[in-house]
Amino acid sequence: MTVTTGTQRQPEPGPGPGPGQHTEAEGRTANRAAGLRALKVSYGVGERARHLLVDGVDLEAAPGETIGVVGPNGSGKTTLLRCVYGTLSPTSGQLLLDGRDMTGMSTKERARSVAAVPQDAGGGFGLTVQQAVAMGRSPHKRFWEGDTARDAAYVREALERTGATELAERRVDELSGGERQRVLVARALVQEPALLVLDEPTNHLDVRYQWELLALVDGLAATSVLALHDLNLAAYFCDRIYVLDAGRVVKGGPPAEVLTEEMLAEVYGVRAEVSVHPATGAPTVVYLPPTAAVRAKSVRAESARAESSQAGPSQAGPSQAGPSQAVHR
Amino acid sequence: MPLKSPLRFVLVTAVLAAVLVLGAVFSLALGSARIPVPDVVRALTGQAGTGPFTTIVLDVRLPRVLLAAVVGAGLAVVGTVLQALVRNPLADPYLLGISSGASTGAVVVVVLGVSAVSMPFGAFVGSMVALLVVYSMARRGGSMTTGRLVLAGVAVQYVLSALTSLLLVTSSDTQHLRAILFWTLGGLGQARWHSLTVPALVLLVGLVLLLALARPLDLLLVGEEGATVLGLDTAKFRAAVFVLASLVTAVLVTVSGSIGFVGLMVPHAARMAVGASHRALLPVAALGGAAFLVLADLAARTVAAPEEIPVGVLTALTGGPFFLWLLRRGRRTEGMAE
Repeated sequence: MTVTTGTQRQPEPGPGPGPGQHTEAEGRTANRAAGLRALKVSYGVGERARHLLVDGVDLEAAPGETIGVVGPNGSGKTTLLRCVYGTLSPTSGQLLLDGRDMTGMSTKERARSVAAVPQDAGGGFGLTVQQAVAMGRSPHKRFWEGDTARDAAYVREALERTGATELAERRVDELSGGERQRVLVARALVQEPALLVLDEPTNHLDVRYQWELLALVDGLAATSVLALHDLNLAAYFCDRIYVLDAGRVVKGGPPAEVLTEEMLAEVYGVRAEVSVHPATGAPTVVYLPPTAAVRAKSVRAESARAESSQAGPSQAGPSQAGPSQAVHR
Repeated sequence: MPLKSPLRFVLVTAVLAAVLVLGAVFSLALGSARIPVPDVVRALTGQAGTGPFTTIVLDVRLPRVLLAAVVGAGLAVVGTVLQALVRNPLADPYLLGISSGASTGAVVVVVLGVSAVSMPFGAFVGSMVALLVVYSMARRGGSMTTGRLVLAGVAVQYVLSALTSLLLVTSSDTQHLRAILFWTLGGLGQARWHSLTVPALVLLVGLVLLLALARPLDLLLVGEEGATVLGLDTAKFRAAVFVLASLVTAVLVTVSGSIGFVGLMVPHAARMAVGASHRALLPVAALGGAAFLVLADLAARTVAAPEEIPVGVLTALTGGPFFLWLLRRGRRTEGMAE
């Protein structure tokens, strides 16, 4: 399947749209998905960008896949996603969307294919939900073009799918965090993306909306890349998971391969049991209270003075031993 | 909101237009010489011959009313746009040091006695210089951030105000003081037909351009990151609109001095009336600003007649409390929630 919609600039008719043309456009855009490839993507800050927040990340998302990016706080998830949706440009490396270099695209061209739900999207400065969601049509419009009845229909449908219909007339500034999150997702849907990037989309959401939202994203034709804190949600919904630590991908693959007790101890410094849940069939993480061994390990990892602070030499063995020892109680 | 927004827009627009027309008619009729409204209409339609009434209406009062409308509309539009650009409800047209540049420029011309150039010219040059300084300071290091722009504007404003004060203190001529007051307090007393063309044209072009840019202006409201994600090159767009807004402001300041509060208050009132979407907001702000300043100038001329109160003093005196009342009344004022 060759998808070229993103680059096509169809002559949008003014106030009186030709209906046939639009139906065709809808049919084409409704189920498009783009593949994403990140090749050695780095993003650095400071003097000569030497301090790397994202460090040589390779990542691949096939068309239609749902890809999870996980990792502890400050591991570079948000920076990586920002590079993908274009508010940052990588200081080195390449991002390819269906094989096309994304850095060569204009902001608008990119926005026609890539939608994003950023983590902190701010308020609306007086815009209503309806108006804010309608902004999602912008990449497909000229500056001076108004919204058509068709655009209104897109907005209505998106609000319905995110359970935000009853919010339509409210002002964005007045919404709670969770409501705002759903509005942002609706805006992204209206954008008709081939690639959808979501940064912690389940933040502020209650359990029901967490599941509904991820099921919605998973069910879209579009490829999606999500940063997630909740590893169990990631395990259930993602086709593949990448684990970031200090800006590097330390592990990548199907959830069952990636979400291991060793990884959790290594990267997150937590003790956990991972098992395949009989009901969901997905790997499920149960966190356990830390033991002295794991605590000592995480302390060691964070401070560079490892040798001097080894309290119990018999317990704190080499890096892999800690959690497995701790597990058999 | 009980009314559907299109209906609301039509209603608000109609009311404001009516207020503007009524205000204009009263402005033409009232003053040191009271002219009956039928005579005003006759003078306007060219049926009154060449009596003194005709001269007063057509040559003295009409240009002043029109200038008030143009300046009021311009200030409100620029204020609206700047508030969206910096996403700060406190932004007003004088944010970027333009008004202080104008008064300094005018003072320099007066004090140095450069007879070849007029004071308005000095004011315009001054505002452009201030603008250039603010921009070059804000743009250091490639991209222009809002925070840096506002800081640069405030800094330039302080320096220029100090400079103006210094020039004033060292000069002994009271004539200078009077000239300076005009630019710092604002006034429409210098309105003549020939001083009307440029601001009217600039306002018209600016308004049309900004209406065409209503969509990207709306995009700015969802924030830097949101706007970028939705396909707007925010750095470029912001710079372009800042330049446009600054040029309009500079022209307005040149003909009317700095008239405070219109550009801060009218946008808020307009946003409360028809919402934040610029397609509706800009025309309503323009009409509201025009109506407000026409009425304010009418009051400035008549309240303490034969003395004339500087209109800037009056807009602050009436606008300030009105603004505070709006703030109290608004359940949650648009944009203030942030």
